[in-house]
This record gives sequence, structure tokens and C-alpha cells, in this order.
Amino acid sequence: MNGEPTQVAFAPHKTLLEVLREDLGLTGTKHGCELGECGTCTVLLDEIPVLSCLVLAQACDGRRVRTVEGMATGEGLHPLQETFADLGAAQCGYCTPGFLLTAEALLAAIPTPSRDQIREALAGNLCRCTGYLKIYEAVELAAARMRGEDAQPRPETIHGR
Amino acid sequence: MGDRPRDRRSDHDRPAGSPARRPGDLRVVGTAHRRIDAVGKVTGRTQYADDLALPRMLHAKLLRSPHAHARIAQVDVSRALALDGVHAVLTGADLPTPFGILPVSQDEHALCPDRVRFVGDPVAAVAATTEEIAAAAVDLIAVEYEPLSVVGDPAEAIAGDAPLIHDYGDAGNLHKLVNLEFGDVEEGFAAAHHVREDLYFYGGNTHLAMEQHASLAEWTPDGRLTLWSSTQTPHYVHRALARVLELPPGRIRVVATPNGGGFGGKSDPFNHEIVVAKLAMLTGRPVKIALTREEVFYCHRGRHPTLMWVKSGVARDGKLLGLHFRTLLDGGGYGSYGVASTYYTGALQTVTYQVERYKFEGARAFTNKPPCGPKRGHGTPQPRFALEVQMDKIATDLGLDPAELRLRHLVTADTITANWLRVGSMGLGACIAKVVDASGWRTRRGTLPYGRGLGLACSSYISGAGLPIYWNDMPHSGVQLKCDRGGGVTVFCGSTDIGQGSDGILATIVSEVLGVPLGEITVVSADTDLTPVDLGSYSSRVTLMSGNAAIQAAERARDIISQHAAEKLQVPAERLVFAEGRVFDAADPDVWLSFAEAVQGAEARTGTVGTVGSYTPPASPGRYRGAGVGPSPAYSYSAAVVEVEVDPDTGIIRVPKAWVAHDIGQCINPAMVMGQVEGSVYMGLGEALMEEMVYRENRGLVHKIPSMLEYKSPTTLEMCDVETHLVADPDPNGPFGAKEVGQGPLLPIPPAIANAVFDAVGVRVDEVPISPEKVLRALKDKARGGPGRTGPTAFPDIPWPEPIRVPTPWEGGDGKALKHDAAGRRGRAADQSAAALPRSGAASHPERQH
Ligand code: FES
Ligand code: FES
Repeated sequence: MNGEPTQVAFAPHKTLLEVLREDLGLTGTKHGCELGECGTCTVLLDEIPVLSCLVLAQACDGRRVRTVEGMATGEGLHPLQETFADLGAAQCGYCTPGFLLTAEALLAAIPTPSRDQIREALAGNLCRCTGYLKIYEAVELAAARMRGEDAQPRPETIHGR
Repeated sequence: MGDRPRDRRSDHDRPAGSPARRPGDLRVVGTAHRRIDAVGKVTGRTQYADDLALPRMLHAKLLRSPHAHARIAQVDVSRALALDGVHAVLTGADLPTPFGILPVSQDEHALCPDRVRFVGDPVAAVAATTEEIAAAAVDLIAVEYEPLSVVGDPAEAIAGDAPLIHDYGDAGNLHKLVNLEFGDVEEGFAAAHHVREDLYFYGGNTHLAMEQHASLAEWTPDGRLTLWSSTQTPHYVHRALARVLELPPGRIRVVATPNGGGFGGKSDPFNHEIVVAKLAMLTGRPVKIALTREEVFYCHRGRHPTLMWVKSGVARDGKLLGLHFRTLLDGGGYGSYGVASTYYTGALQTVTYQVERYKFEGARAFTNKPPCGPKRGHGTPQPRFALEVQMDKIATDLGLDPAELRLRHLVTADTITANWLRVGSMGLGACIAKVVDASGWRTRRGTLPYGRGLGLACSSYISGAGLPIYWNDMPHSGVQLKCDRGGGVTVFCGSTDIGQGSDGILATIVSEVLGVPLGEITVVSADTDLTPVDLGSYSSRVTLMSGNAAIQAAERARDIISQHAAEKLQVPAERLVFAEGRVFDAADPDVWLSFAEAVQGAEARTGTVGTVGSYTPPASPGRYRGAGVGPSPAYSYSAAVVEVEVDPDTGIIRVPKAWVAHDIGQCINPAMVMGQVEGSVYMGLGEALMEEMVYRENRGLVHKIPSMLEYKSPTTLEMCDVETHLVADPDPNGPFGAKEVGQGPLLPIPPAIANAVFDAVGVRVDEVPISPEKVLRALKDKARGGPGRTGPTAFPDIPWPEPIRVPTPWEGGDGKALKHDAAGRRGRAADQSAAALPRSGAASHPERQH
């Protein structure tokens, strides 16, 4: 669990989402439907994005689970967290953990994703606030910084024209 | 003054990069910066309502009606009560007092006592040790219903044999009827060069905030109740709880948790909020409820499906000499904000283009569906769609460029409209110019290949409603400010952050006035025990109203601190500048105190440094009955050009790009403004193309698609590119000139898309959503030689009341209605209602009409 061996006891029918939120107190993972429709509950299971509302917690025995709580390290925020915060890619913030983890998995696989690849990767996550554009821009900016570039937001991104 | 002792500091004491600041310069306001709650949100630390848990907490579930309309003959809860783990069961009899957001529509019960009015109407509630037990117990409650005939839409509602859904309203199932006349429209039509009549329909859609509503209640043995809830209006929830639970308000604390999106869907006091409070009181244990997504579809309060008839008469140059608007709203099962919604479908037609004479007739019908209420744009996207498509048709009829037509007839700044709205700053012309230039409108429109097109539309929205929801003459927003000895500042305000960033706005404004770094400002908001009242996050009121209150509080604190600092630094107070954590002499920036030192000195001198600020909107010049809806301290303006690609074989519309310009007055934080514009465009796109509440008529009006999969909303694959232009035309009533941005930019998108479809394939879809089937139907109609239109074809007969006639400003009116004689003819001007109100110039208010 976020890099630490974790033991937890729970009723066998519980989903990963429920165990994270109710039994482990990790409420950073949110839910928008609990039916696999919105992507809000996305976490990384062995570094692959999964909908935690559809995963039985029992099936995670011995596997690596990462949630938003595991993104920031002692040194600070993850680059994606920095850019989401700076560009306003998190408005109400409720969809944000799911987007962050999906984006993290994308950047692990494709360090220089095209806009279309970002769109594709995030197509299973709904956001009702942002219209997704600031999220794309935050992913692109974080990707550039993770490649070691000294990238800054474009002025029109944060100021308009 | 050079020989006075001065607190001069060497240059290297001075914080890096702090050039001298002139009074009046903006330092923080207008810069793009990270909002204060951003880190909480990106780290998963922000606690939304369902993230809260208390020891010994019980879980609640509601039993909801499977019938759209039925009498409750009997409720047997004995088997539920007997289930292990169940602690309490409630039915309607336990909460007999009705409630509702508007004082004129107190028509809801926390649990239906004797009648259900839509599928999903709550009938009983259970508190149990787990959610599973609560759900099982709900299934054990036996309810005997006597089904009543079901009213599916407004046409059925007004049919002679329709059962009455409520025992109040203006006429049968017509909850509200409005008839307002500003000048004689018939005269305008007679004088017109061109008259056209059209029908439009705007379908119902819902907020679909990602967070489902959730509430947690705690009752302590000292007789105090706390409710944490995902609500946009903690103050109104506070009032509803006191009323229904019969508790003194001083014993109730309502805390609005950060909302995971609202869009208007969390603006009513809700059944579940009252139910968990009552369950906590009964059991003595904390009780939480988290609605399922399906239940959120039943709570609804979304966009009213609205049928519209528009008659317009224009001069040869396109000037609107007469505009007659009729709206018929499908209200669903309860009042909610419906009276205000009805007025809003007629209120803002006049603030964009000059309208010489205006007549508005509006009606809202009760039907057996989830109640409709305020959704982003509250009551105005529907008429805006109709008006903007109508303008496009007029332009075509007259052979004018639609942009040119609009530019010619803009309402000018600082005027009063036909219906007595006072427009202050008005940046629509600049907005149109920006999107026209950026999109290549003049060269590309009408010249793109068949199947591709450009459409333009404009809009305006209020920056806060001029009147509160319940009549009172107190401020609409209050702020308290506490300056700490350590240099930090805490801002207390009742405003609710629903994702729009209102906490950040407060911090930014206080940072600007007091020069305290953002990181040293704490915002405590939306807590009825701790924060002064702010009416809530609706009507785009928060930046303007809480922002002005914050400025007042911060300036008062600055004055107190200045007195001390002026003495200490031996500098005239008016020369002091507060910036970058310091208080310094504008004339000699090397003479300064740190903000903390200045506070300490002021505290030593006058005691704790705390101030208050508040804001009351200016009175509106309109003084007729119904003038309460529409006035605002400032109006925002937007223009959009949208490009579409229409596949003539499938009718599928793709939107590659939208250009939008918004007159924001002044950005407080441009990064947040950009997000609001883009989010509005997104939501407008969804409404225009796909979002729709649909009910199964043949199965007793059950919601057809109460899930996120079936209720189509735009994903990343449907969202268009947006190029945003911000126009800054500061309004004297806005904080630093700021106006709203959360709702206005949604409004032009659906009509711009409809107009673009016409440009692309030459057909008119006068109906939202503009689904592929409707496009195909219009194309087929055109191929068969028809007009090439899909849309409504008739407007039912409504028993309109006698009009309230209000002479326009240019007819020499005074904002009051004419008095009617017995025959309904015009008589002497007389005040219909304002005389009864305590403040001169205060408009009458919809709630006061019954
Ligand atoms: S909560 Fe899991 S997909 Fe919506
Ligand atoms: S930020 Fe609110 S849903 Fe995405």
C-alpha cells in the first residue's frame, strides 16, 4: 500500500474502494458512481490504473496499490500535483486523484505523449468542472518537467488572450 | 521631516524583489496564482462530506417511492425496526413541518406524509450500524400506495382531467404565472419592417457533479446539532433545519464541506439533510448518509425543460422594436427555486441588445418528475438559446452579418433597460470583436465546405442576484477578519467553496489590501457557528459580494494598523503602503515595519485587531411586482464563435473548436477565470449536444437513465478546443472591478452550435439537445422541400393573467407598474408593492406575491 506492506481485515465482499476509504482511512480516493462509469475511484494496481470500485479488495493480496496519498514524497509534490495545482486543473478537486494516477501511469508508459494520446488515456475519467483542457496542459507541463525540461505554463493558458 | 526619528532599514533587510508600491497598484489581484486550496485537492487531503466519519457513526438510507404519483395508504416499519443493527426508522409523521427554498413554495416534506409526487420521492428512512443493514431494512418497510394518474409534462398538467399535484399555485397545476409588459409590443410589431414568430424547446438536463450529495449529523447531549453537508447554501439549510426540527437556530451548526462540484444541484435544503439530523437526535449517535448516483438523479433540481414562443419585430437595420417572449417550464414535482426560475426565463433578454418594447409571459407547471431548479445559468440558458437563434434568423432574413446585427444594437453601458435593469459596465462589443477576429469569422463563415460551419452567439449573466431569497434587509455577505500577532490573517466568511474557488478569492483580496502573503492567510468559510452569513454559492454572487465584504473588512483593518504604523514610522497614514508583508512609506520604501510588527503595535494600542465587512447590493430602479428577479450589481458579458462539422449521413455533430470572449470586469486570479470559462464551455457543449433527462412515459415516468454511463456527458473525446479571450471592463460595483465568470460563458454555446449547424448544412434545429436524429430529421425535411427544421410546433393555451404594465424608461416611466382599473385598462401609475417595503427603491420579491 503506497510502498508499505499493509495488513487489513475486512468483510470478503468489499471492494478495493471501500477498503481504502473505510478500513484504511485513505479517503483521498473518491467515488462518483461505484459502478465503473466515472473513473473517479482510479488507483494504480501494480502501476496499472484500475477502477477501485470494481476491484475486489481480496484480489489485491500481495499486489502493489498506489493511491493519491502515495504520490507526494517527503521532498514535495509529484510534478503532476504541482502542475495540476498551478494551472487550475483541480477545481472542485473531486475527480483529481483519479486523473492524477491515470496521468502518472500514462507518463510512465509514454514520457512525451501527444495531445491525442493524453485524451485517449484520460477518456475514462469524467471531470465536470474543468472541461479537461487545464488537465491536458497540466499533464503536458509535468511531462516536460519530468523529462528535465525547464518548462513554464504558456501565458495564454493562465491569462487568456 | 528628514530630522524626525524614523525607522529606516538598510537595503538588505528589505525582502527581495519588493520595489516600492504606489497606492492603487494591484500586486496580487490579477496575477495568475495557485489557489489556496489547491494542494489539499491534489494530495487527496481535502475532506468532502463523505470523507468524514465519527466514532459510533450510524448510516442512513432512504426508502424512495417507486410511483410517480400515489397516495400513501399505509407504512409498516415493524419488520425494519426488528432487524438487528437498526437503530431508528422515520416516516413522514416524524417530520410533519414542510419546507422549501423559497418562502412562497414551502411544499416539500423531509419524508412524504401522505402523497408521493415523483419516482424517487423519499417516504421513510433508516439508521443502522452499517450501510448494508440500513439498505436491507429499507427493503423491509412495507408501503401501501394508491396510485394516482400521472402528469408527464406541462401539456398534460393543464389538461382538464389532470389530477392536481399540489393544492397551491396560480392556476391548477400551473405553479406560477407571470405576465409583464414593458411598453406596447403590438405597437412595435406594427412599426416593424420584419416580424417573425418561432418556437424553441430547451430540454432538461442535470448538474451531474462528480460528488454525490452526502451529509453527516451529530447531536450532542447538551442539545446541539451539527450538520456537515455537501451544500452550496449552508445558511438556507440552517434555516430549514431550525424550522423543521423546531430547534432554536443558535443550537444548530451547519458546515458546508468543500463541494465536489455543485452547479446549482446542491442549492436547496434537501430531505436527506433533515433526515440525518433527526436520526442523530433520535439515536444520540452521529448519522451519515451518502446518496448513490441513482439517488442524485432523483434529487435533481436541474435545468427546467422549457418550451418557448418568440415573436420579434425589427426595423430594417435589425433593431428590436418589439419582443414578445412566452416560456412554459416543466417544473417537476415541487416548487424548489421554480418561481425564480420562471422569472429568470424572462429577465435577461433585454441586457444584451436594445429592446424597445418587451413583453414576457412565463408559466411553470408541476409534473410528476424530479423537481427542477437552478442549474448553471439558472433559467437563462433556455431563453438565451431562443433569442440568439432568433437573432441569427433575423440576420439571415435581413441579409445582415449576425455579428454586425448584434454590434449595431448593443445596450450601452450605464443604461436602464426596458424592464428596468440597470446595466453598468458592458463589454459585449469588445467580446464580439475578439471572437470574430480570432475565428476568422468574416472570411470563413458561409464559405466553408458543406458540412462545416461557424455560429456566433452572445450572452449576459448576473454577478449576484440583487435580492435575497427570503425577504430581509440585512447584508448579503459578511466577512470577519482577525489579524494575528505573528503576522497571519484569518478570514471568516459564510461563502461556500463549491470548486469555483471562493476561498481563494477571499484570500487573494485580503492579501491585496493588507499586503500579507497568500500563504499566511487562513480562510474559514461556510460554517454557521464561525462565519458571518453569506447567502450561498448561487447566482454567481460570491466573488462580487463576499469580495466587497472582504475589501471592507480588510480596509478597516488596514486603517487600524495604519494609525499605529503612521505614528511609529512618523509618516502620514495616507502615504503608507501595505505590500509583501510590510507596511512602508510610499515616498521612501526604506522606511517600513513588517506587517507583524505593525499588527503588534496596533494591538498594543487598541486591543485585538479584528474587523468586519459586509455587502448589500444597490437597490434596483424596477419597482413593479416581479422586479426582484434580474437586478444585479453588475452584468458579465460573453460572446462565442463555435465551429462544427456535421456529417449529413449520420447527423453526428463534431465540435473542433470554440472561441470565447468573456467580459470579466477584472480578474482576481486569471488562472481560475480561465478554468471557469473552459468549464462553462464544456457544460454548454454537453447541454447542446447530448445531455438530457429522459423519463419512461409508459412506465409511470421512471427516470430512464439514472446512471453516468447512460446520461451522456462529454468525455475528453468530445470536448472541443477552446480559445479564451478575456475582456477587462471593470465595473464600479465589483471588487477591484470584478464581475462573474462561473455561469455566463455557458450561455452562448448551445445557440452558437445551433447557428453553426445552420451554417454547415442549412437546417435549423430549434431544440436542445441537438441530437443526430434531430439533425437528420431536419435534413430529410429539407430534402423533401420543407423548411429544413426540427423543433416544437405548438405552444399550448395558457390562462395568462392580466399583464402588469410597466412603462419603459424612455416612455417616461418611473419603474412602477400602471394601476389597473376594473376593466384592466391602464390608469394612473401606482406602486404595486414597493410601498410596503422598508427600503426605498427596493423591488418587490417573488416570494412576497402570495
Ligand atoms: S466510482 Fe468507480 S468508476 Fe465511478
Ligand atoms: S475538478 Fe471538479 S470534477 Fe474535476
